[in-house]
This record gives sequence, C-alpha cells and structure tokens, in this order.
Amino acid sequence: MIWIGAGLLVLVAVSGWGVVRTRDVTSQVIALGFYGVLMALVFFFFQAPDVALSQITVGAVALPLMVMLAISRMKFRAASQRDKGERDA
Amino acid sequence: MPEATRTRLFLVFGGVFLLLFCYSVMDLPPWGDYRGPYGDVIARVGVYERHATDAVNAINYDYRAFDTLGEEFILFTAVLGVMMLLRREEGTATRDAGKVKDAMRLSTSVRTAAMPTILLTVVFGFYIGLHGQLTPGGGFQAGVILASVPFLLYICENTESFRRVTSHTCLEVIEASGAGAYVLIGLAPFVMGMPFLTNFLPLGTTGDVFSSGTIALISACVGFEVTAAFLLVGYTYLQEIITGEITEE
Repeated sequence: MIWIGAGLLVLVAVSGWGVVRTRDVTSQVIALGFYGVLMALVFFFFQAPDVALSQITVGAVALPLMVMLAISRMKFRAASQRDKGERDA
Repeated sequence: MPEATRTRLFLVFGGVFLLLFCYSVMDLPPWGDYRGPYGDVIARVGVYERHATDAVNAINYDYRAFDTLGEEFILFTAVLGVMMLLRREEGTATRDAGKVKDAMRLSTSVRTAAMPTILLTVVFGFYIGLHGQLTPGGGFQAGVILASVPFLLYICENTESFRRVTSHTCLEVIEASGAGAYVLIGLAPFVMGMPFLTNFLPLGTTGDVFSSGTIALISACVGFEVTAAFLLVGYTYLQEIITGEITEE
C-alpha cells in the first residue's frame, strides 16, 4: 500500500519537472492539467476525497482554463495588431 | 546575469533548501498520526449534531461557516476585479478585428460523443452539489463542474453557442444573489435571537438529500455563485474574441 503512495509521489515529482521543462506555453498548460490530476490522485490516496475533488475541479479544469483564456486573448490581440499594421502600411 | 553565476547561485540556494527540507522531513509525524483534538471530536459528534455524514462539509458550511463566507467573498471580489479591469464601457471606441471564423464544424462523431458528455456533466454537477452534506463534494466543486459545461459547448459547437449561454445579465444576478443569499442565511437566526450563521433549519433524517439544515442550503448558494463566477470570468476573457471588437487604448 505504501508503495502506491510512494509511486504516486514520484509521478508528481516527475510531472512537476515536466511542467517546468515544457517551453511551449500551450503544451505547458496541458502538462499543468495532467499534474493537477496526479495531485488529485495523491489527495485521494491519502484519504482526502473532498480535497481530491476540489483539486480535480480547480487544478485540472479551472486553472488551465484560465491560463488558456488569457493566452488566447493575448494571441488574438497580437494577431489583430499585426493585421492592423499591415492595413496601415 | 551570466549563465555560470546563475547556476552557482542556484546550487548554493538549492543546497541550503535541500538541507532545510531534509531537516523538516525528519521531524514529520508518522503516516496516519493525527494529533489535533478537533478532527476526532467532529468525526464523533458531527453526524449526531448536524445529521451530515460528510464531516468536511459539516465543517465548511457550519462549524466554520464564517470562514467560508470570507472565502466566498474572496472569489466574488476576484471576479469583480477581473471584470472591472477587462470591462468595456458603453461608447468606448472599438475597432473591428474581424470575427473569429469558426473553422469547419467538427465531425459528426465528435459532436455525437460530446453532447451526451454535456448532459452527463450537468447531471453530475447537480448530483455533487445536492449531495454535499452526504458524500464528498459540495457547492464549490459542483459550481466548477457546472461552469465547465458551456466551455464543453464552446469546444464542440462554436463561439456563438458559448455567447448565447454566457452573455446574459442574469449570470451577474445569479452570482450576486448566490453570495447575498449566504449572508441572508447567516443573518436569519438573528430574528430568532440566535448567533450569526446558526444552523436554524430542521435537520431532517440523516442520509436524505434535504437533511442537515442550512448546510445543504448554503452549499447550494455557493454552487450558484461559483458557477456564475467562473462563467463570468470566462466570458470576460473571451469577449473580444467573441464579438471581434477590440477596445482602443
């Protein structure tokens, strides 16, 4: 039983390292979501199902979603700025 | 800063951190060892006192409901802040950036698979929200699950469907009344001469959906507030992309 917990913690460490090492922002958000799911499994394993559910909703859904929304907004602005520059030129 | 200096600085501080980390881990209590008395007390009297089998929500929405009220308003204020920073006032000069062309519609198989998923997510959200006092879950989790439904619609349909679902003023009303109802439930016991946030409703039968008095009610209010809050933030972020108009600075 304790080995499952240890394995989960190692997975969390590996995926945390993966999130940091991913350079492309969009892929990084996906990695972050995966890390969130793993954290939820850890919470579930350590007998905190309520926290696990909050972790799934916030760490794996809400947080990546918010980052994605912010990125798409910035990209849209940047793209339209470029278009405008082309039109003015 | 040159690369070598950065690496050296990292090694120094990383080493210090590692030492402190090992030092703190050595003193950790063994797995499963619980020292505080409060958890044991609530695990013992929670079901008897509040008829709520999920001790976590009995604590969140009753024993420390005042703290949860604060957390609720943290979310409320945060959403208010995002909307204020990104808002577009009436009559502001905008320029047309062109609507996002929804690329070709998704394949029928994706849409056929996604629509039942939406239905399931709605049912699951309500289930989690209504059974907060019985099983793990509660208003907050249900809120986020329900808020993800329009985003699923956004993924499998188009921006127009997302706009139709999320751009209503009634979302703002739901958010505000969810937060306000929590305060009103807290104030209601004053009329009967009881302290703020007393669980004044009949507790019902343990295990029923409508048991545990104000716990279920507050959980539902939080659910409405959180759903609307997340959708409002999502819509505010996507507003420019959906309408294709960008505010001039």
